[in-house]
Amino acid sequence: MTEKQPVISIRNVTKRFGNMVAVDNVSIDILEGEFFVLLGPSGCGKTTLLRMIAGFEMPSEGHILIGGQDMAGVSPNQRPVNMVFQSYAVFPHMSVADNVAYGLKISGVAKPEIRTRVDEALELVSLGGLGQRMPDQLSGGQRQRVALARGLVMRPKVLLLDEPLSALDAKLRAQMQFELAELQDNVGITFVTVTHDQDEALSMACRIAVMNKGDVAQLAGPSDLYEHPANRFVADFIGSVNIFEGKLTVDEPEQAVVDCPEVGRVFLNHGVTGAHETTVWVAIRPEKITMLPAGQAKAKDSPDGHNIAHGQIKGLSYLGDVTVYEVRLESGRSIRVSRPNLSRWDQEDFSWDDKVSLQWHPTSPIVLLS
Amino acid sequence: MNLFKRAEIAPLEYTRRLWMRAWIAATLFFLYAPLLVLIAFSFNDSKRNIVWRGFTFKYYGKVLENDGLMAALGNSLTIAFLATVFSIILGTLAAVMLWRFRFPGKTAVEGTMALPIVVPEICMGVAMLVFFAKLDWPTDLPWPLNLSAITIAHITFCFPFVAMVVRARLAGFNKEQEEAAKDLGATEWQAFRDVLLPHMKPGIIAGALLAFTLSLDDFVITFFTSGPNTITFPVKVYSMVRFSVTPEVNAASAILIFLTILLTTVALKLQDFTKATA
Repeated sequence: MTEKQPVISIRNVTKRFGNMVAVDNVSIDILEGEFFVLLGPSGCGKTTLLRMIAGFEMPSEGHILIGGQDMAGVSPNQRPVNMVFQSYAVFPHMSVADNVAYGLKISGVAKPEIRTRVDEALELVSLGGLGQRMPDQLSGGQRQRVALARGLVMRPKVLLLDEPLSALDAKLRAQMQFELAELQDNVGITFVTVTHDQDEALSMACRIAVMNKGDVAQLAGPSDLYEHPANRFVADFIGSVNIFEGKLTVDEPEQAVVDCPEVGRVFLNHGVTGAHETTVWVAIRPEKITMLPAGQAKAKDSPDGHNIAHGQIKGLSYLGDVTVYEVRLESGRSIRVSRPNLSRWDQEDFSWDDKVSLQWHPTSPIVLLS
Repeated sequence: MNLFKRAEIAPLEYTRRLWMRAWIAATLFFLYAPLLVLIAFSFNDSKRNIVWRGFTFKYYGKVLENDGLMAALGNSLTIAFLATVFSIILGTLAAVMLWRFRFPGKTAVEGTMALPIVVPEICMGVAMLVFFAKLDWPTDLPWPLNLSAITIAHITFCFPFVAMVVRARLAGFNKEQEEAAKDLGATEWQAFRDVLLPHMKPGIIAGALLAFTLSLDDFVITFFTSGPNTITFPVKVYSMVRFSVTPEVNAASAILIFLTILLTTVALKLQDFTKATA
């Protein structure tokens, strides 16, 4: 892979509103042509960071460079970025075509060129032929496409998207996730998206910065975030997870054991590099746990009595493709297990109050130090 | 089965209940009976205008021939037009300022701006009289400059109405639209012109209508600020009534009503028109 240049460099940026620190000393490099997602719960500072890139907020400390140029003191209308707003902010008194043409008109592009570029942009977001419609004649999804086209037509270095899909219904959102990713691939413009929806982030992003309380908790690709979370916050925020507190009792290059009072001894077939007897956390994803009728579990890759637990099914939610079970362990702790419904009768195998045994592979548990 | 029987009145169908309809009718009667009587008697063929003596248009002719009344009407329309224009500008800018900025004493500014709405007109009138007298405001200027005192007085009580209506309209504005315009390269002024102004337009039109009608029919404040050469329509009608209530007065009043209705309709149509073609 060739070395990609950062198109946006966020360097030690802090933003304070009064006493509240919204963004706390964040440094991120966003690379040319990537689909970058800022993910986090509401109030984590992700939108503030996006608005600082757009120029609607100024950093209290630190610098933001776009295309190598320091953006300090550069107003939003001078920046080589465009934004798709959460409310879409489509101008209600202008037709679709006029909306898309607005930026070009303002910057004095010649009329014939405006026409072709507007048509191109509308075609790109599959709104071809709807140019004369007024915004109130469009559906929510179409209005969002207008907002997208309005930004893309400017050919910005970076397109910023603030919660672009939050106002759409579930089906449309899933479809737009794919379309956005494909669109980004086609136009080759760097996209920076803010979202609180992990599915959205995982499905669209090249890289994701998970933010928590103004800080970047982890910056990684989607699968790394899911399979190798850096801390409990990320493990818990992305997907569903069971987290147990325990003590590291064995830590060798080829194996490690964490003694968790709530589930017993957890065996790993790799080292952890942590001090003996330190408190650590073990995270196990629900789909990586195998559920068997009581007594049938035999964790063959692990030493006897490791990576195995017994309990009773206390809750069950059938979700169609998978069924999620809530199993009360002997310790009293509940644990989530999900099971794919591979055939049409799978979900009938287990029911409420069934006694079950759980087991998992030594590669499944994730050891977290913080 | 119930082909000829109307469906029973559902619990929430208030408008189909007799007592509700009677109430609505009573309200409309209360509001419009005096006006209808006024208009009806403008066609009365009688000098004293107490009993109906037959239908005639002649008093409308008389009104149109009454030079003093026509001059007063001209004055009134001129004042109303000028007051409306200035009220729109001042009121809109005031509304935008109060909506956009936070500054010390903002509540006080908002309060004092609404003051002309609540202060009794008679006080405003006296205040204006004293104010212009103290300033030694020239009264012998040529038309239309001699209307300046009245016009200024009208602007002071008209523009708060425009500001209030536009302010209410701005409360529903999505600030992201303005940001979107700037994001697309618009300067502060371009964003104002292309996004904020179109949003405010219905409010501005409504405010203008208010200002125009308020100015056109204002009597009290005008009475205190008008001189012998600057009689307005309402003041003129008042002076005519002092002698006797002739059908001519009725006709003049009816003309004022028609004018107001006409202008309001035109303005509302204009608003629909701009909406349809926007």
